[in-house]
Amino acid sequence: MLYNEPSPLEVRLLTRRFGLPNSASIETYLATEGYVAFRKALQMSPEQIIEEVKISNLRGRGGAGFPTGLKWSFVPRQSPKPKFVVVNADEGEPGTCKDRVLMENDPHQLLEGMLIAGLAVGAHTGYIYIRGEYRYLIEIMDRAIEEAYQHGYLGKNILGSGFDFDVYTHTGAGSYECGEESALLESLEGKRGIPRIRPPFPAVVGAFQCPTVLNNVETFCAIPAIIRDGGAAFAALGTPKNGGTRLFAISGHVNRPGVYELPMGFNLLRMIHEVAGGIRNGKKLKAVIPGGTSCPVLKAEECDIPMDFDSLARAKSMLGSGGVIVMDEDTCMVKVALRIMKFYAHESCGWCVPCREGTLWLKKLLTRFHEGQGRRSEIDLIGGLARNMLGRTFCPLGDAAAMPTISLVEKFYEEFEAHLDGKPCPYEIKTAVRV
Amino acid sequence: MADRVKLQIDGKTVEAPAGALLINVARQAGIDIPAFCYYDGLALQAACRMCLVEVEKAPKLLAACTLPVTDGMVVRTETAQVREARKAMLEFLLTNHPLDCPVCDKGGECELQDAVFRYGAGESRFTEEKLHVPEAQWSPVVYYDAPRCILCYRCVRICDEGLGVRALGVVNRGATTEIAPNRGDHLECDECGMCIDICPVGALTSGIYRYKTRPWEMKHVGTICTHCGDGCKTTLGVYGGQIIRGNNRDRSGINDEFLCIKGRYAFDFVHHPDRLRTPLVRRNGQLVETSWAEALDLVARKFSEVKARGRKFGVIGSNRTTNEENYVLQTFVRQGLGTNNLDHHRTGDVVSLVAALAGRQGALAASADLYQRKAALIVAADLAQQHPLLAFLLRANWRHHQARVYVVTPGPVREDSYAVRSVRAPSGEELAAVESLRDALAAEPELVILFGDSVKGERVRRLVEFGDSLGISVQYVCLLDYSNSRGAADMGVLPDLLPGYAPVEASGAPPGLTLPEMLDAPDLDVLWVIGANPLARRALTSKEAFVVVQDLFLTETAARADVILPAASAYEKTGTVTNTCGEVQRLRKAVEIPGTKSDLEIFGLLARRMGLPFGPWRPEEVWEEIRANVSGYNVPSALLAAGGAFPTFPASGLHSVRPKPELIRSAGDTLFTSGTLGRYCKTLSSVREAPGTLYRS
Ligand SMILES: Cc1cc2nc3c(=O)[nH]c(=O)nc-3n(C[C@H](O)[C@H](O)[C@H](O)COP(=O)(O)O)c2cc1C
Ligand code: SF4
Ligand code: SF4
Ligand code: SF4
Ligand code: FES
Repeated sequence: MLYNEPSPLEVRLLTRRFGLPNSASIETYLATEGYVAFRKALQMSPEQIIEEVKISNLRGRGGAGFPTGLKWSFVPRQSPKPKFVVVNADEGEPGTCKDRVLMENDPHQLLEGMLIAGLAVGAHTGYIYIRGEYRYLIEIMDRAIEEAYQHGYLGKNILGSGFDFDVYTHTGAGSYECGEESALLESLEGKRGIPRIRPPFPAVVGAFQCPTVLNNVETFCAIPAIIRDGGAAFAALGTPKNGGTRLFAISGHVNRPGVYELPMGFNLLRMIHEVAGGIRNGKKLKAVIPGGTSCPVLKAEECDIPMDFDSLARAKSMLGSGGVIVMDEDTCMVKVALRIMKFYAHESCGWCVPCREGTLWLKKLLTRFHEGQGRRSEIDLIGGLARNMLGRTFCPLGDAAAMPTISLVEKFYEEFEAHLDGKPCPYEIKTAVRV
Repeated sequence: MADRVKLQIDGKTVEAPAGALLINVARQAGIDIPAFCYYDGLALQAACRMCLVEVEKAPKLLAACTLPVTDGMVVRTETAQVREARKAMLEFLLTNHPLDCPVCDKGGECELQDAVFRYGAGESRFTEEKLHVPEAQWSPVVYYDAPRCILCYRCVRICDEGLGVRALGVVNRGATTEIAPNRGDHLECDECGMCIDICPVGALTSGIYRYKTRPWEMKHVGTICTHCGDGCKTTLGVYGGQIIRGNNRDRSGINDEFLCIKGRYAFDFVHHPDRLRTPLVRRNGQLVETSWAEALDLVARKFSEVKARGRKFGVIGSNRTTNEENYVLQTFVRQGLGTNNLDHHRTGDVVSLVAALAGRQGALAASADLYQRKAALIVAADLAQQHPLLAFLLRANWRHHQARVYVVTPGPVREDSYAVRSVRAPSGEELAAVESLRDALAAEPELVILFGDSVKGERVRRLVEFGDSLGISVQYVCLLDYSNSRGAADMGVLPDLLPGYAPVEASGAPPGLTLPEMLDAPDLDVLWVIGANPLARRALTSKEAFVVVQDLFLTETAARADVILPAASAYEKTGTVTNTCGEVQRLRKAVEIPGTKSDLEIFGLLARRMGLPFGPWRPEEVWEEIRANVSGYNVPSALLAAGGAFPTFPASGLHSVRPKPELIRSAGDTLFTSGTLGRYCKTLSSVREAPGTLYRS
């Protein structure tokens, strides 16, 4: 099975072709309104395309939620340099696996989104930077690209319009950090995956020092629907300023984990109980990380919340990449903190001091803590070190490591206290999470 | 002129050009913002996060090292939040830092120590195990201790951006990130030690200085490198009468902090075990030790006798002795011995250049011009090998000001990598290739032409004619090999020219013999060689000649001597030297080697013994005489004494040259050789010979 059983509560816009026979083929794509939006965009001016994307209230699906139309409008109209379209398919955020199913089941939708972006900003080359672990997806994308060339949707003078566009896939060459947009561009250029000093932002100085539109896979995949049906229709699916649907990857202690396309603003508790079939083994909900491990944790009582960027920001968390990690009452939150920090210490690029040294220190400290060797004063040290990283690192990875840590210490202080002075982890046997 | 903006830093109103970096604007206003990764003139990194400051309206602290100032900006650099952030960064840095300060070479001069002292916490909260990696030796010169490394990437940038060598890189990620050498486990590079000295901590240390002493136990003597003709200032660290370190961390002098391997490490010849420390005389065919008095008596007697009989002297001066010594030598020879048979190994045709320029002011480039002028043409020289400082300055000019560099050389050179045009032309045929660049060069606003030894005699005149015909401002550098090659010519250590390039005919005497003419003369009675090794390249024809040699070592020439007088090196005396660009600078005495005497002192002792009407000489007095008498040398003594470098311009120049191109030949030194002296520098012989100029990458 390519994809979990769909839920009747889903609104299937980006995933509408999932489950069709040969859904990845251009024949299926063309038979289901494929490249219709692109044909329509060919008749539109770049300004009209960007305006439509702005109206759609589409916000970046990579994590930061930046309004996509606005981002595109930053690309200079007149530029003596070539421009590029870059797809961030590095999908590294723990708990996130939506880009993968989008590329696997409907690769042409992504290509069509890239083509429209190319029209909007005047770019003629696109790169898809696919994480190394997704090697099989490179084959799928390459096949789709080949089909698109054969059918005249890529190459020179596409559909006789005079518009040229080429697309290349590029294997990810590095850690999680390579998903950060500027590190991705460095890596794409064949250098170490180290973030760049910003400003300038990629829209102005991106790939190979040229203006670049860089978006997440899902962001590009939403573009054909927006152009085809109009930005207003897309916006209407969501909540104010949070247009459209979103692919939520629900994982953890639920009965039916999977990727579900739901309208923006869908209630988190309903998501857990009605879409994902509730908590496993009849256990109680303890906490949710709502948008990938970079987001502050929500306690069970905070989970009655609409899943959109603004509501979660108000709850001092983030919608992030839409990776909903559900934890039941048997979960050790110290172990969660440790597992998260292990990830960030492993993935830190090492460029800047607070992240490089802070994540390693916290990993060691949390390891010792989880083994019951913590001291009381060190509970505050954990939060304190994370705060010393927060807002001071070179790129947001340091923040991503700090934020969940701070929230875990704050919200589950008593669990840290339960690990002091040689006490064994009270959840040790029952915890499913492997460290 | 860029727009100027007004901003406030710590309550002070400051004006600065828009877009200037906050860290620099603050520093200029006397407000120091700590920084490890930021380094003047190198690419921005924003990695160490030490420079975070509060900026009004910004939601979080901002890195001052990458923040362009804007009008109305309000900055605070000493708030509780800022101090707290600095403390936190230092705490993070110290987690995996070994804290072996008591045995670290950098202790006392370490930027991390200083920062922790100012901003750090009094106690450590880190109780986990530190990461450890063993130290590595990358070359005889460079050692790397990864745990001490704070990953500021200065070393990587200076090697790549500064030198164009690109021998250092970064490997691994996260907390295991390390700096790595280009050959996996070792370095193949210029071995200049720039990376070592730029390292803020003791992560990179030098094989030469490691564990020798504590920095505060040394005496620091700023003097001029004695090797190539570029004239870098080097600060020698002296401990217990020994020179144990060289660097230029105070960034004074024409070279800022640049030094090549020779200026930084090739001081060890001073203490070489083969150093001559007693006069030697030949008895029954053997060189035997003797006293200074006896040796000097013998020489004086012989000189007086030969002079009295009106017989033939040949005197060969040095490319490394001081201006004062060269000036006195030519006085001694011309007035004391009554001959013009005086010459030195000429490594470039500065004589023809001075003649061709005929006193035109401003036509000689100073080293600073290489960093500032808009365009440069290199003719027949491998700058990176033979003139490391000039190569560095030119490259910096290209990096910082986009200078346009043209190259005409027989083979590939490092400058090709950024030159706008590189043309290959066989040695001696460069001028035709230069001609092919005419249109491009004429389109430049200004130009510096540097030329090597194959442009000599008539070709120098033609090159200057070419420069004149471009219709733009052109300056010249005649590339010369050693620390005082230029001074030897300026001071008239030549058979046909007096100090300041005045023709000897003016004094009524005919020109003397040139260096090869002396060596070839069958009837030469005395050959007196001061700090040179001519017999390494050409045999002495006269079997009867009485040979007197003043030198540091038993060279090929000294081995033929009848009397050897052990001389002091440039690091053991005061005086001035003039670099290839014509800048005069002062030497300072770092150490004394017992048993040796400076050439100037030797001249005085000989003059007295010969009853000549001059001497003894003190360098300061001779210098004043040079200022008064040598065209172009009237530079301010006080500023010179304070460490300045002054361009000298030989104004007379109106002499008719007798082009003797056969006399001009560069020794063709590489980065790792320095004529005869280089053989006695263990550091130079320990490094692997530079594989041409270019490293495999
Ligand atoms: C450490 C780090 C890792 C990231 N990884 C990804 C990723 O794997 N995929 C992704 O689309 N965006 C990732 N992002 C976000 C990108 O930097 C960027 O904001 C995004 O790709 C922009 O596309 P969007 O506007 O469509 O979201 C990451 C950001 C950070 C700081
Ligand atoms: S926060 Fe610093 S060390 Fe961490 S990934 Fe970003 S740049 Fe690299
Ligand atoms: S070796 Fe020194 S200069 Fe190089 S990165 Fe490490 S601390 Fe910086
Ligand atoms: S460039 Fe020349 S003067 Fe400078 S340190 Fe090297 S040898 Fe000495
Ligand atoms: S000096 Fe600004 S981050 Fe290092």
